[in-house]
Amino acid sequence: MTGSAQADGRDASDRTAGRSADPDRSPVANADVCVVGAGPAGTLVADRLAGRDHEVVVLDAGPRFDETERVERMEKAIRPAFSRPDVWDVGGDRDAYESVGDRHYPLNRTRVKGIGGSTLHWQGMVMRLHEADFASASERGVGANWPIEYSDLRPYYAEAETGIGVAGADDNPFAPPREEPFPMPAFPPSYSDSLFAEACEALEISMHSVPNARNSEGYDGRSACQGYGSCRPVCPSGAKYDGSVHAETAAAKGATVIDRAPVQRLEHTTDRIEAAVFATPDGTEHRQEAETFVVAAGGVETPRLLLLSDSEHYPDGLANSSGAVGRYFMDHVFAGAGGVLEEPTRQNHVGFLTSESHQFYDEADERIAPFKLEFFNFAGPSPVGIALTGEDWGDDLLERIRAEYGNHVTVGALVETLPQAENRVALHPDRTDDHGNPVPEIHWSIDDRAKRTIERANEVQHEILDELGASERWTQGVEGTVPTNHHMGTTRMGSDPSASVVNSSLRTHDLENCWIASSSVFPTAGAMNPTLTIGALALKAADHVDAAL
Amino acid sequence: MQLTRRDAVAALAALGSGGAVALGAREWQRSGGDAADDASSGDTVGDGLATDDQVRDAMVAVAEVVYPSDVTGIQTFVERFLAGRLEREGHGEGIRRAVADLDDLARSWYDAPVADLDPADRDALLREVGADVADEVPDGTTAERIRYYVVNDLLLGLYTSPTGGELAGIENPIGHPGGIASYQRGPNE
Repeated sequence: MTGSAQADGRDASDRTAGRSADPDRSPVANADVCVVGAGPAGTLVADRLAGRDHEVVVLDAGPRFDETERVERMEKAIRPAFSRPDVWDVGGDRDAYESVGDRHYPLNRTRVKGIGGSTLHWQGMVMRLHEADFASASERGVGANWPIEYSDLRPYYAEAETGIGVAGADDNPFAPPREEPFPMPAFPPSYSDSLFAEACEALEISMHSVPNARNSEGYDGRSACQGYGSCRPVCPSGAKYDGSVHAETAAAKGATVIDRAPVQRLEHTTDRIEAAVFATPDGTEHRQEAETFVVAAGGVETPRLLLLSDSEHYPDGLANSSGAVGRYFMDHVFAGAGGVLEEPTRQNHVGFLTSESHQFYDEADERIAPFKLEFFNFAGPSPVGIALTGEDWGDDLLERIRAEYGNHVTVGALVETLPQAENRVALHPDRTDDHGNPVPEIHWSIDDRAKRTIERANEVQHEILDELGASERWTQGVEGTVPTNHHMGTTRMGSDPSASVVNSSLRTHDLENCWIASSSVFPTAGAMNPTLTIGALALKAADHVDAAL
Repeated sequence: MQLTRRDAVAALAALGSGGAVALGAREWQRSGGDAADDASSGDTVGDGLATDDQVRDAMVAVAEVVYPSDVTGIQTFVERFLAGRLEREGHGEGIRRAVADLDDLARSWYDAPVADLDPADRDALLREVGADVADEVPDGTTAERIRYYVVNDLLLGLYTSPTGGELAGIENPIGHPGGIASYQRGPNE
């Protein structure tokens, strides 16, 4: 690192970060808002505040990915030569980490750095949390209560659905109340959903549609889904929403989005952040000053940045008077079961889900966590996957494809885990990244309630498979469970400054000009995919920042 | 089952190559003069890379082995598919190098380039190279690169195409933008 530069006042129109060989990555003069992170939260904040005539600058550690390369990235996703992190260039010294908890946490399989963030590789399921999720301690006797209720977030949920573009139907009797229609009609159920429906009806299990962040018809200038089938981790058509959508709209409204600009630390006084110090690829460090700061770097890099920004006044990390920064790290855990039917099930035509069941969600209590069932449309191997991994070819290969493909079924489940202080993101004492900063050290374990719930979900799944008459059964239970790529809880929201990091306005208790927009503020996880709630909270945070400016 | 131009275009759409080249506009005429001599003598051009002719002939010959026996239209399909694949930065060079290596081994072991071998010898050559048991690795060993750039590229092209999908029993295989209707249909619809 070679010194420091002050904001130079270059006109925003000169900036072409990521779009030319040598983009302007210098700081923006007279910025009202500096947003750290260009995932869905950061870009929604930037879009809203830029639309209200504030001078906004967004800094992201990763690149602006070239949209014309998405098909090539899809090929990487399909071919066995590449791992999941390879698809979006995750890994190396920049993304080094250590996992030291009871369970290994595969961090780099769960995130993407760059404009759009982890929505570049997400599944795109967008549900609202249930009312009881906001009052877990009161309603279920475990976890924590949020300092806000569902009704506080309800209008923001609707705005997030409109901004993201959600295809959904009002057919879920278990969902929280809503007044607004979904922006697009839901994707119709799959053929295999109809097989499950028959079995579930016999078992009195209700199925309903899945709200999807992908276009069932042209929406907001983006194409309808083309059925590439590779949604996770790449949508080549742009029908699946990702945060780059709002990076573009924010830029069109005047925001400056600077890629490959990892923030090294936040310079501060006792009660205010003064500048975000970021590095650029040429080895220079810059200071981005602003009136306000919104940290939107996800559930791992957000606490890490605060911990890296320790000072004499905040010896345990910035905004960490409570000691909660980095603690209560949560993810959902997966439970699954599958098998083979004696009939075609028509799998792997599309890469998204069309039916779920939230029937068991509200039975949650102190012993059993909320969980939801997912009926897969991509169970078992795909013909392409079979073709690329065998030791045969020609007629033998085709015979094997026909034998192995086409009659699988899978029922998955997402299960809530509890916030536990010992599950945390800390700074590794020795290992450093490409800028010499300590890497994140992930401590992750699974609580007994979540383990019981995985077993309960497996029971329900087995009943469904029994009803279907599935053979060649497999189960992903407590021992084989994996996290589902949802980083939550490391800068929790609460009313008590001694036990939480941000208040109900998403502003840090300690600093008067610092907000956090991220799933890191979730006090509890629920069992719904978190991104719609992230978007709703981001829009709420933006309104609070706007009011403060 | 007949592979068509539509299959090649669809496979390229799935695997990423652009413009007119992706539609099969590459000139595949036999090179004249020195280049033709080079090709017929088995010499590679420039840093051990196979020529267009060598690549085309070898890939068609390998496709005839790794594709199911009732597939027809292989030459046209492979030519159009290759037109796009060779244009992709990095990938085209990988194909040329892998084909050159495969042809070198064919000459050493069978005294002829792979395109001139009968199908049984082509199959035996690929197995003796180790391409059947190797994982695909773009920067790996010779066997791994032949698996990646030759065998699996051809299989990928076939099985992401509509005709390949039909062979396998899926109208809209992963990687093919075949719309959102087929997943809703039952097996007899």
